[in-house]
Amino acid sequence: MADVTFTVDGKKLTAPAGTLLIEACRKAGIEIPAFCYYPGLSLQAACRMCVVRQEKVPKLQTACTTPVAEGQVFITDSPEIAQARKATLQLLLGNHPLDCPVCDAGGECELQDMTFKYGAGESLYAEAKQHREEQQWSPVVYFDRPRCILCYRCVRMCGEGMDVWALGIQNRGVSAVIAPNGGDHLDCEQCGMCIDVCPVGALTSGTYRYKSRPWEMNHVSTVCTHCGDGCKVTLGVRRADDGMEIVRADNRDKSGINGDFLCAKGRFGFDFVHAKDRLTRPLVRNAAGVLEPTTWEKAIRLVAQKFGEAVQAGDGQIGVIGSPRITNEENYLLQKFARTVLRTQHIDHERTADYPTFSRMLAGAEDRAASHREIAAAPAILVLGGNPTEEHPLLAWSLRTNFRLNHARLYLANTQSIRLERQARQALRIPDYDALVRFLAGEDAAMAHVAGAAEFREALLAEESLVVVAGAEYRGASLAALMRWGLCRTGVKFALLSDFANARGAADMGIYPDLLPGYLPLTGDQPLHGEYAGMPASSGLDMTAMVEAATTGVLKALYVVGSDPVSALGVAEGALRRSFVVVEDCFLTATAAQADVVLPAASLYEKTGTVTSCYGDIQMVRKAADVAGVKPDFEIVVRLAGAMGVDVRKLVPFGQSTGVRADMGQSRGAQAGEADRHAVWLTANGLEPRLSPFDPLATLDEVERLVPSYRLDRLNLFAGNETASAPGAGFVPLDSLLGRKDGVVATHPGLFRSGELGRQTETLQKLQAYQEGFHSAAAAD
Amino acid sequence: MPRLVSHPDEVKIVTRRFGMGASKIDRYLELDGYASARKALAEGSDWIINEMKASGLRGRGGAGFPTGMKWSFVPKQSAKPKYVLVNGDESEPGTCKDHLIFLHDPHAVIEGTIIAGLAIGAKMGFIYLRGEYRYLIENVERAVAEAYERGFLGRNIFGSETEFQVIVQSGAGAYEVGEESALMESLEGKRGVPRIKPPFPAVVGLYGGPTVINNAETIATVPHVLAMGGAAYAAVGSERNGGTRLFGLSGHIARPGVYELPMGYSLRKMIYEVGGGVRGGRKLKAVVPGGSSTPVLLPEEIDIGMDFDQVGKAGSMLGSGGVVVIDDQTCMVEFALRTIKFYQHESCGWCIPCREGTDWLKKSLTRFHAGFGTEKDIDNIQYLAENMMGRTFCPLGDAAAMPTLGFVKKFRKEFEDHLHGKPCPYAHHPEVELV
Repeated sequence: MADVTFTVDGKKLTAPAGTLLIEACRKAGIEIPAFCYYPGLSLQAACRMCVVRQEKVPKLQTACTTPVAEGQVFITDSPEIAQARKATLQLLLGNHPLDCPVCDAGGECELQDMTFKYGAGESLYAEAKQHREEQQWSPVVYFDRPRCILCYRCVRMCGEGMDVWALGIQNRGVSAVIAPNGGDHLDCEQCGMCIDVCPVGALTSGTYRYKSRPWEMNHVSTVCTHCGDGCKVTLGVRRADDGMEIVRADNRDKSGINGDFLCAKGRFGFDFVHAKDRLTRPLVRNAAGVLEPTTWEKAIRLVAQKFGEAVQAGDGQIGVIGSPRITNEENYLLQKFARTVLRTQHIDHERTADYPTFSRMLAGAEDRAASHREIAAAPAILVLGGNPTEEHPLLAWSLRTNFRLNHARLYLANTQSIRLERQARQALRIPDYDALVRFLAGEDAAMAHVAGAAEFREALLAEESLVVVAGAEYRGASLAALMRWGLCRTGVKFALLSDFANARGAADMGIYPDLLPGYLPLTGDQPLHGEYAGMPASSGLDMTAMVEAATTGVLKALYVVGSDPVSALGVAEGALRRSFVVVEDCFLTATAAQADVVLPAASLYEKTGTVTSCYGDIQMVRKAADVAGVKPDFEIVVRLAGAMGVDVRKLVPFGQSTGVRADMGQSRGAQAGEADRHAVWLTANGLEPRLSPFDPLATLDEVERLVPSYRLDRLNLFAGNETASAPGAGFVPLDSLLGRKDGVVATHPGLFRSGELGRQTETLQKLQAYQEGFHSAAAAD
Repeated sequence: MPRLVSHPDEVKIVTRRFGMGASKIDRYLELDGYASARKALAEGSDWIINEMKASGLRGRGGAGFPTGMKWSFVPKQSAKPKYVLVNGDESEPGTCKDHLIFLHDPHAVIEGTIIAGLAIGAKMGFIYLRGEYRYLIENVERAVAEAYERGFLGRNIFGSETEFQVIVQSGAGAYEVGEESALMESLEGKRGVPRIKPPFPAVVGLYGGPTVINNAETIATVPHVLAMGGAAYAAVGSERNGGTRLFGLSGHIARPGVYELPMGYSLRKMIYEVGGGVRGGRKLKAVVPGGSSTPVLLPEEIDIGMDFDQVGKAGSMLGSGGVVVIDDQTCMVEFALRTIKFYQHESCGWCIPCREGTDWLKKSLTRFHAGFGTEKDIDNIQYLAENMMGRTFCPLGDAAAMPTLGFVKKFRKEFEDHLHGKPCPYAHHPEVELV
């Protein structure tokens, strides 16, 4: 739309015609208060806080419903308007309980802030207030009706944003009340978005209510540990007896790729950090065959000794299993440690998507990988397989939002019916995924009996720009065929979905028995080969084969980091007895229960580093919680290497200061907390020397040097923004993947499930049982 | 059936067929029924709109918007279907005119709906009756069925190629739905809450289509306007206020009832001659001139003509034509309380000032009238009403605030007489229970 010029408080402003006045003013730094207005949701004009005076219009106008036009003149700041806002607040506060001292929202309440600003300080209300008891709507959602100001944000967020429509309005007038779909309870996705958008303390979180005051917490912006979507989450942490405890999680920092969104797992799934069963001391199996607590020193010494003996026996004696949940730096270090110190090619992880094929197809293709932001803004998206609503809640949110606000055209092809069909322009039910690719490529017979297939293909071919989001159903040859089809056409980009917070990163960092970081083959003339001088150059065993080999004792030792192959592969109890097994994890998993040494590891919420979302968005995670006794995997690996007599400087390039004086945090109070801008700048510009081998960011230079798709915009990354990886910059020789087994096993996480971490998160367990209760009841009917 | 009243000063245009059995189609046809619709069908849209403009007919719902102009705003071409809506959600206390029309002359409403449809090019009309009028629905539905039977409604009305359908719909009992966009929401099956304007109904209305929505009385007047000619109709009323109006006289008046009088008719004459003066020979204390939402007039303010402009000049509104006469034995605090009780009950709750303001006022006035008020309360009641005015999402907030302001400003002394724990010093009427 063409720009128009209008006047606000005597200031000339320019904005595209039709922009809402409230948005135009906010962009220009003119504050217009509002309760009911929420960007991206439908307009209400209900709270009457945003009233402004428009020249030649008799009544005050609501800025949230006034589109700007050429020559208009507005006044947003005058005694008349101040009075109108003050009166509205007085009316609201009349019946408001004013229980701010005990209200969760106290300190971050929009009603408080506005009362402070517009000064409705003296109450004129002399009548009895309407009191209602607080209601619990679900394990995580509580409703305190007297506090509600009826802005309808929750109703719209649930309906328009989530497409769940679990909230509505009952009764009228002063009896009007927000009501849940179950009458007195909520049957929904339990995302907690209603709590998030509530401007007051009417909707409160079951995991946070009456626990803390906002100002008692530090707010650490990091990345969610649950799925591969890479949502930014803000953890509220507070000092506790044994470190820093996480009191709540929300998306206070809306700058992430998830914008407003956070799902149940991100919002409520953090209590595993302080779970009763959390490992906080190293365990060593004693002579009686029982795991007993010991000190870190003893445990490390024992592992170093055993690994040392195995290495002495020759190459390839130890199996190493990495994790799709630990950081890029940790995975990188782990495979470097495995290859150069443990001298083994047996390294793998739980694979949930075929990124080697994905990267090989994209290698050399300029700009063909779609970041999450690109998907969220694409005019047309083809989603193949999976069920994003349950497995990739952020993707589902972004697709819905893109459809709702930008009229994006969504095409779905799936073997089953999924919820996103409601937003789809065309949804095709297909017999199998390979057939679809053959059909797209022109083989009509492949889908001869599928209704609507021809129209579907025709519509796709008519799209000038298309993002193809493939589920884990596509792997190996079918993924290659799909991408070949897309790469033949201009304007087609790709994303490949995987489970777990850093599945993509683990793959990119080369946690494979046959591929190095950046998917490079084990042999050939690559800079990596020089750096990893003398590493075993033949393909190693994959995870299944490693566990098998450990069972038979072919492998002398098995080093499992953040993974539970015993559960995943269904290994029998005691089967690993013939091998020396070391497990690094947060909990005593089935694998850990069989281990000889268990090392308590820090979770993603207790460490610093980077992770890569399944869309290739590389983001910083920041240490938020602190649990006494545990150590980040990075530190454990470095200590093991040290104990094995390795020069750790070769593993982690630290301390290479160029004479710059170290700032150890004195200049900024050395606190845990929100992004420290000075530190960000120092770090990004390489001015802060890495004083410790335990600083994971010290490896980032090396990662960047060796993994071509990781060209990191440091300032952006350290400031907390995402930076897209560029698979096109990689070079993956074709023959390295020929005849390769993809080994992908999709885990299909649910709304409240995320592997071992989900099982250890009490709130998610509760929610799972709560929602299952409805569905089993419905099935029984 | 309620007793019909009559007075020689009446000009019977809309009420012409009242009491003559015209709710049956044969009788209606004997009384020249459906002649205007046939004529409208023959003459076409432009002619209808021109006649309506010439008639000076202004919306009888209360806002007084010229009907012809409203119809002319509807775009000729539209991708979406156009609709005619008849607003029969007559709910304003003091107003009881549409009720009689639906009872005595439902075919006039149907005929008017057809004409409005022809004017704007709509194929469908809805007659929306307030929920509390469900006892009238049968009468109206029967009339609609008769019109279908005769071929006046349907695919080929009056044997022409033109289609027009009419559906009768009952509300669920909400004053708020009298607001045009809330009525559309209700008709679409949603909560009766008003919509954001613009877009206005003429552009985006029912189901997103261009929509004309008129008060039932306005629609019932339309056939008569076309029958007598726009100019002739205009000549009946006062300047810029064409025709007659159905005034509902109620309260402490000797001969209450609905009278059809020319626009601009003297309010004094209406009370003292048409209505026979204050009941029991008592003194007049105040008049509510146009339904409960209009500010009260004092006895010295009644020398005005009852049309939109003159009543507006006197500081009140003609509103929906419900004239409520209040005698000298009425407690104005109690009257204010009774009025605000209605609006508190009817507020839809959508916006803050109306939802909270009406409830607060009700609570304050209840306490005040019970003798627990303070001097500060009087100022506070005025302050609340002033701060609701013009700030609400729809006119309901104004409708509650305006009369309240009038009562406080004009009868402040009566409020003060309630102070210091005194019981209400004004007597109640045993025969007219107000609360």
